[in-house]
Amino acid sequence: MRVPLSWLREYVDLPATETGRDVQAKLVSVGLEVETVEQTGAGLKGPLVVGQVLTIEELEGFKKPIRFCTVDVGTANGTGEPQEIVCGARNFSVGDKVVVVLPGAVLPGDFAIAARKTYGKTSHGMICSTDELGMGDDGTHGIIVLPPEYEPGTDAIELLELVDEVLDIAVTPDRGYCLSMRGVARETAIAYGLPLRDPALLDVPAPNAYGYPVKVSDPIGCGNFTARTVTGLQPEARSPIWMQRRLQKAGMRTVSLAVDITNYVMLELGQPLHAYDRTRVEGPIGVRRAQQGEKLTTLDGAKRVLDAQDLVITDDRGPIGLAGVMGGADTEIADAAEEAGTTEVVIEAAHFDAIAIARTARRHKLTSEASKRFERGVDPQAAAAAAQRTVDLLVLLAGGTAEAGVTEITAPSAPRTIAMPANHPDRVAGVAYGRETVVRRLQQVGCDVYGQDELIVTVPSWRPDLAEPNDLAEEVIRLEGYENLPSTLPTPPSGRGLTDRQRLHRRIGRALAGAGYVEALSYPFIGDAVLDQLGLEKDDARRRTVTLVNPLSDEEPALRTTLLPGLLGALRRNDGRGSHDLALFETGLVFRPTGEETKAVRLPVDRRPTGEEIAGLDAALPRQPRRAAVVLAGAREQAGWWGKGRPSDWADSVEAARTIAREAGVEVTVRADRHAPWHPGRCAALYVTVDGVETLFGHAGELHPRVVKELHLPARTCAMEVELDVLEQAVDGALQAPRISTFPVATQDVALVVDSDVPADAVERALRDGAGDLLESLRLFDVFTGEQIGEGKKSLAYALRFRAPDRTLTVEEASAARDTAVALATGRTGAVLRGA
Amino acid sequence: MSAPNKSYDPVEVEALKPEEIERLRDEAFAAFAAAGDLDALAQAKTAHTGGTSPLSLANREIGALPPQAKAEAGKRVGQARGAVSKALAARQAELEAERDARVLVEEAVDVTLPYDRTPAGARHPLTTIMERVADVFVAMGYEVAEGPEVEAEWFNFDALNFVPDHPARQMQDTFFVQGADGARSDESGVVLRTHTSPVQARSLLSRKPPVYVVCPGRVYRTDELDATHTPVFHQIELLAVDEGLTMADLKGTLDHMVQALFGPDMKTRLRPNFFPFTEPSAEMDMVCYVCRGDSVGNPDRPCRTCGSEGWIELGGCGMVNPKVLIACGVDPEKYSGFAFGFGIERMLMFRHNVEDMRDMVEGDVRFTRPFGMEI
Repeated sequence: MRVPLSWLREYVDLPATETGRDVQAKLVSVGLEVETVEQTGAGLKGPLVVGQVLTIEELEGFKKPIRFCTVDVGTANGTGEPQEIVCGARNFSVGDKVVVVLPGAVLPGDFAIAARKTYGKTSHGMICSTDELGMGDDGTHGIIVLPPEYEPGTDAIELLELVDEVLDIAVTPDRGYCLSMRGVARETAIAYGLPLRDPALLDVPAPNAYGYPVKVSDPIGCGNFTARTVTGLQPEARSPIWMQRRLQKAGMRTVSLAVDITNYVMLELGQPLHAYDRTRVEGPIGVRRAQQGEKLTTLDGAKRVLDAQDLVITDDRGPIGLAGVMGGADTEIADAAEEAGTTEVVIEAAHFDAIAIARTARRHKLTSEASKRFERGVDPQAAAAAAQRTVDLLVLLAGGTAEAGVTEITAPSAPRTIAMPANHPDRVAGVAYGRETVVRRLQQVGCDVYGQDELIVTVPSWRPDLAEPNDLAEEVIRLEGYENLPSTLPTPPSGRGLTDRQRLHRRIGRALAGAGYVEALSYPFIGDAVLDQLGLEKDDARRRTVTLVNPLSDEEPALRTTLLPGLLGALRRNDGRGSHDLALFETGLVFRPTGEETKAVRLPVDRRPTGEEIAGLDAALPRQPRRAAVVLAGAREQAGWWGKGRPSDWADSVEAARTIAREAGVEVTVRADRHAPWHPGRCAALYVTVDGVETLFGHAGELHPRVVKELHLPARTCAMEVELDVLEQAVDGALQAPRISTFPVATQDVALVVDSDVPADAVERALRDGAGDLLESLRLFDVFTGEQIGEGKKSLAYALRFRAPDRTLTVEEASAARDTAVALATGRTGAVLRGA
Repeated sequence: MSAPNKSYDPVEVEALKPEEIERLRDEAFAAFAAAGDLDALAQAKTAHTGGTSPLSLANREIGALPPQAKAEAGKRVGQARGAVSKALAARQAELEAERDARVLVEEAVDVTLPYDRTPAGARHPLTTIMERVADVFVAMGYEVAEGPEVEAEWFNFDALNFVPDHPARQMQDTFFVQGADGARSDESGVVLRTHTSPVQARSLLSRKPPVYVVCPGRVYRTDELDATHTPVFHQIELLAVDEGLTMADLKGTLDHMVQALFGPDMKTRLRPNFFPFTEPSAEMDMVCYVCRGDSVGNPDRPCRTCGSEGWIELGGCGMVNPKVLIACGVDPEKYSGFAFGFGIERMLMFRHNVEDMRDMVEGDVRFTRPFGMEI
């Protein structure tokens, strides 16, 4: 809502020294968000006067037609002689009243005016257009031609109200009444403690039976319909300058007098109005819901197919307007310029249901000044006054005659009351305002208040948002000043800190960062394309996605089922920007439909939902497990003065899973697997033990070369993805501390030759199982293949460390333990002791 | 070696004469001093202290002396040998020190060499700043609550007093989720949560008052990515429901938070606003932590952080609307509560002078790495 300060002063006697900034501060403190204060005509300095064109001489021989004019500016030029002015515009004739700026003046934009030679003549000033005066471009690009009644020499700065300040207010949805001068003036009056001249306080004739016939078939959708008729309008009558200027400053275009008047009254009182050309309306006006499929061409020229819930205005032919949203083209007011200007109008001032209007506006994607107001609640009792004000202005400005007939159809309604303990605002605020303050503040906003300790508050018709005691409390607290609230601290019960799960998630992030990974947070939007590029089979569970109705991009309408697409995208972006040695990680939710999601019903809100109902809502949601992923490319260790670097490889990605699991105190079992998008020979399936059952928790390894190519990734990109929710289940109580023996260690190395397809993990497990309790640690320190070993074989070299808790081991004891370990490895994996 | 001989006059044994012993001692001293390095000293050591050195030989002669002569000769030889071995040790230490000094100099390295063998990792500043804010409240006794990102409309809107068709429901640009059968928005009743506030409702339903929780998380709105908007962003939400909570408590809690995050003299300002799930509602600002308000009306010292407004807009807050309490089964006659929420991206932008939203969402390591582990 754009509020010219000069207009606001009409309703509130603000001190003359009060600037727009001052008013802004006051309104902000009572809760109106005044976003900007615009200075119109800033820097403007006269003389700027009304002139009458006396003569026009067309100058020939220039690129464009130029006129040399003499203009009567009264005595404004000091001499009373006609002013000689060169002008390039052509939309005026001899005798027209125009706006003349004289030498010595300064126009907005620091444009100083002086007499100057041009086109072979001397121009003593300028004839002005709207944009030269900072009035905004009216689209004509021509000079301003004033109505004839102004005397030459009259000060045009004042006449055109050029110097003003305009407050731009962002009105919140609960404050529909502030989409009017009346509402903003009310808030201003309260903020300043000044009386308000309410523009809606008009004498309104009583309704009678001979007004324009109206039939309201849907009293819920339309609670009030007032119709008035004005005849004998002069089609050539134009909106007066003051009205045009106010409309312009409020951000509306001027159209025609009748339309300007309805807009003006809407801005003034907040009541949307519609004017019908009476000669174009056939029969009684009706209000009803549309029939499904009915058609209507609205004023904006759009042909619309109506829905059975749309509220429409009708005449004998059918719909002639979308109620409260936009009128129809058939009954549009005709401008004087057209063949037959409108001379008779029917004025509609009605109150439509907020929800019906909101739905229609949304359904037809059609927001208008009217619908904006109805959606937020219009004062149902302002209709008669608004109709009267419109009639008055049509009579005054268009020379019309008000017909005596007054149609008013009103659904009965009682004033709304709220019962509230007088100390309720005190309890909400934590401040002792006292009953007197509470009552005074409520009265200021227009409430009637009765009662002592228990107040009965009747809320004003323009405040549909006031419905609960807390709404009233807010009125009191905001008028007393939010800035005056004290600052106290509540005492919550002692907390338990973060949960194990939350602490685990934090640790995992730290551990990965500590291992050199940089966190990326990618968007979860994906499409089929990337799932194809990842090489997922048709029946891969990751292809079953949650899909959005209104995605930002039709290419990516679904939610991620794996973290890899986003993370690989970040990898590619970094690589493209010149960072080639990359280790990235992400943790976040993935979205996995169960395929059995039910519809989420809209539960009531007037009671707690039952456990069953909540379970029903949760059953409508997909599974949303938390996952972690890493991707790697380029060097894991840089080359430098210390020696060679090391490229990242599949083992780094598997180690990342171990890093994560270590934070949970969980061991990972690794098995070879074939799983997209990984390299079939370099893919590890990762398992953890949950309740004694080995459970898959993710995959790691080098990506499939085809995937690398499809996604334009650096060669040998590696990746790991695990499900943290599974890991969390694998956490197994508090760690039991190891016993530390201080007896000497006995070390034994063994090299075992196995078939090359025997997993090292199997050999290691056999050695561990066979070595018994004396084994302190075991480490694979070399893997060797070559001629000495034989084709299809590999040698695994292990260092075994034995130690007893209570004695120094003898060589024989250690050797015996080693031998049983090797024997078990031989039995399980066919391992042969190298050199044996 | 001579055998004991009673007729033999010990004093007459040439090798044990005092002058001879002194001479041998001084010869040793001279040899040690002359040794220029440890090898030379080792040779001198053998020559003057070894088993065949003159002093050692002299020492052997003592055994052959008559008992009355042994003591004097022994003392004389012993003193000489002691002095020699002391001199040797001193010279040894001296030469070792010289050698060490030389070798350690040779072993010196350039300790200013860079070492970026394994580049450091980092957590995303959005993650760490969320944790930091949450920790302020965890320290006060709040718990951290979480909820799903694909959420039922009832939790995201209805339970929070966003009535159907209320314009407030359109203030937020919602991503709607298709139903399992491909059903359109109105039918599936499922959305990407537009704020962290549904966790309020979930917390109230899963706990008994008093409830004090913070809910950090990811939220979604249908904005295209540009310098100041992103469709995927982060919020942190606070909810306190207890007996007798007031707006003054809300103000105090906000003041505490900005002091904990931005310094002890920080404060907040509340301005009336509207949110369906709070009543009364307010917009919360904090004093600009950069200019502390000095830039207001001071064109010579403009502040980029607050645009010379002196205040930074943080987010929305208010007293929990009793309708929300009712929908979650909390008796509004007995309990009241306050809530607030704000955008993490915004806080990161002004706290760390981030100029472009895109830097936070693209995952460029050059942006994230300097933030390290904590913020």
